[in-house]
Amino acid sequence: MFEDVSKFYGDVLGINNVTLSLPPGITSLVGPNGAGKTTLLNLMTGLIRPSRGRISVAGMSPDDPEVFGRRVGYCSQFDAFPAGVTGRAFVRGWLHLFGMGGARVEREAADAIERVGMTEAADRKVAGYSKGMRQRIRLALAISHRPEILVLDEPLNGLDPLARADALALFQALGQEGLHVVVSSHILHEVDRVSDYVVLLSHGYVVAEGPIHGVRTEVTEHPMQILVRCARPHVLAAGLFAGEHVVEVKVHPDGGGLLVRTRDAPAFHRLLNQIVLESGIELEAVAPADDDVGAVYQYLIGADTETV
Amino acid sequence: MSASLLVAADAGVWPLRLRQVWKVFRRELGRSHSAWRNLWLPFLAFSPPFIIAGHALQASGCELQEETMILAAVIQLFYLRVTIFFGCLGIFMRLVGGEVAERTLHYLFLAPVRREVVVLAKFLAGTLTTVTVFGTGIFLSFALMYAHFPEGRAFVTVGAGAAHLRAYLLAGALACLGYGAAFLALSLIVRNAIVPAIVFLVWEGVNGVLPLWLQRLSVTHYLKPLLPAELPPEGFLALFTVVAEPTPAWMAVTGLLAFTALVLVFACWRIRRLEVSYTAD
Repeated sequence: MFEDVSKFYGDVLGINNVTLSLPPGITSLVGPNGAGKTTLLNLMTGLIRPSRGRISVAGMSPDDPEVFGRRVGYCSQFDAFPAGVTGRAFVRGWLHLFGMGGARVEREAADAIERVGMTEAADRKVAGYSKGMRQRIRLALAISHRPEILVLDEPLNGLDPLARADALALFQALGQEGLHVVVSSHILHEVDRVSDYVVLLSHGYVVAEGPIHGVRTEVTEHPMQILVRCARPHVLAAGLFAGEHVVEVKVHPDGGGLLVRTRDAPAFHRLLNQIVLESGIELEAVAPADDDVGAVYQYLIGADTETV
Repeated sequence: MSASLLVAADAGVWPLRLRQVWKVFRRELGRSHSAWRNLWLPFLAFSPPFIIAGHALQASGCELQEETMILAAVIQLFYLRVTIFFGCLGIFMRLVGGEVAERTLHYLFLAPVRREVVVLAKFLAGTLTTVTVFGTGIFLSFALMYAHFPEGRAFVTVGAGAAHLRAYLLAGALACLGYGAAFLALSLIVRNAIVPAIVFLVWEGVNGVLPLWLQRLSVTHYLKPLLPAELPPEGFLALFTVVAEPTPAWMAVTGLLAFTALVLVFACWRIRRLEVSYTAD
C-alpha cells in the first residue's frame, strides 16, 4: 500500500505521488529503464525511505525488520555476493539470521535451492556462476524463509529461455500457493502471461494499474485488436465492415483468419455472432490480439515494446 | 503462519537477537579475516616489535629508565596516536562502508535483524580484531623491550613491569573501543573518510591545549591518565604528552566507555536512517 509516496534522489525524481494498493496474486510492475520500478520495490522493502508519503505491506512497516523480514522476501537487482561464498553457504548464512537450527537451515536451504534448479551447482563458489545462476541463487535466498510476500526485481534478467520458463512457472506456483508476488520486468510478454494485476510506470509516475484486461479496456482511444481464426475470412470481413465501430479488418497473413480493430468490443462480438449465425462460417477461435501489457504500455506511453 | 514465524515465536526475542549478534559477528570476522587487503593491519601492528627486536639484538649496557622511556614513546606516540588510530580507521570504516562498496549490505537490511543488532555485532567484530592485533603488538613490543637485559627481566618479574603491561594493554583496548566507535559512526555519515579522519587526528593531537570541556570530547584525554610512564614534555612532543588536568584512572575508563556507548547509540540511530542505494555511491 503506497499512500501519496514520492522519492527524490536530490533533484532527481524517483517516483512521484504514487498511491497504489496491490491485491493478492501476481502483480507486474512494467516500465522502461528509469521508470521507477526499482525505486518502488526498494521503497516497498525498506531499503530506501520515501521523501514523502507512507508505505505499508500487509499492514507491516518496513521499519520493523524483525517482523517484516520474516514475511517478505526480496530478490533485488544487486548482483553481488559475499566474497568466496558457495551458493549453499549463501542461502544457509541467510537462514541462520532467522534463528533456525542447523538441521532446519540445511533442509530449508536445500529445498529452496532445489526449487530454483540449482542443486547440482549449490556447492560451487558463486564467483564461478553464470549470470543466470547467480540470479537463481538469489531467488533461492528470497524464497528460502518461506515468505508470504515475494518481491522480485527483474528476476528474468540473465536467464536463458528455458530458465525463464522455469522461473515463470515457479512464480505461478508460488502465486498458487498463496504468496503475493510482485515482479518487475521489461520482458512484457512473459510477465503478462503470469500476472493477475499490472502497474505501468513511466518517468516516476503510475500511468495505469489494474487487472490487465481492465486496463486495456480503459484505453478507449486505441481500438482493440481481435484475432478471429475462421474459414472463409473474406466473407466474414465483408460482414464486419457493416459495423460502425469496426475501424480496420485485415486478413491474417496465413489466410486462416482476420485481425479486426474495433472501438467497441461488446458490439463487435454481437455483430460477429450475428454474421456467423447468418452465414454459417466456422469459427476456430476469437481472442484479443493486443490485450496484453505490451500493447497497453505502447498505447499509454508510446514506448517501443521491444525496448521496455 | 509460515514456518519461519514459528521459529521466531519459539525462540523469544532476546535469545534470537543474541544469536543474530553471534551470526553477524562471525560473518564479519570471516569477511575481514579472509581479505588479503587487511594484511596491512598486522604489518602496522607488528612493525614496532621488529624494530625493538633489532634494537635488542644490537643494544648493550641498557638502562631500565631509558628503555622504559623508549617503550613509552613507542606505545604513546606510535600505537595510541598513530597505529591504533589508523588501524581503527581502516577496520571500522569498512564494517558498513565495505559492505556498501561490495554491494552486500542489503542482505543484512532485508533479514529479520534489527539494524542496531547489525551495528553492535559489527562493532564487536571490529573490536575483537583490533584489540587482538594491537594487543599482541603491544605485548610483543613490551616483552622484547625488557627481555634482552637482566634489569629489564627483573622489572617485569618482580618490579612494576607487569602493572605497566596491564596499563598499556588496557589503554590499547580502550583506544580501540573509542576510535572504533567514532569511526563506525563516521562511516555512517560520510563516504570518504580522509578529510574527517585528518580533522579527527588533528583534534586528538592538539586536544591537550584546549579547554577542559573540549578535552573531554577526545579519546586521548581518557587514555593519558592510564599510562604508567610519562614522556617528558619537551618541544613538539609537549603537544602530545602534556596533561593539563589529570583525570583519575577510574574516571578515565568509565569516561571512555561512556564516550563509546554514546557514539554507538548515535551509530544505531544513524543506521536506522541509512538507505541502500549503491548506484548513488
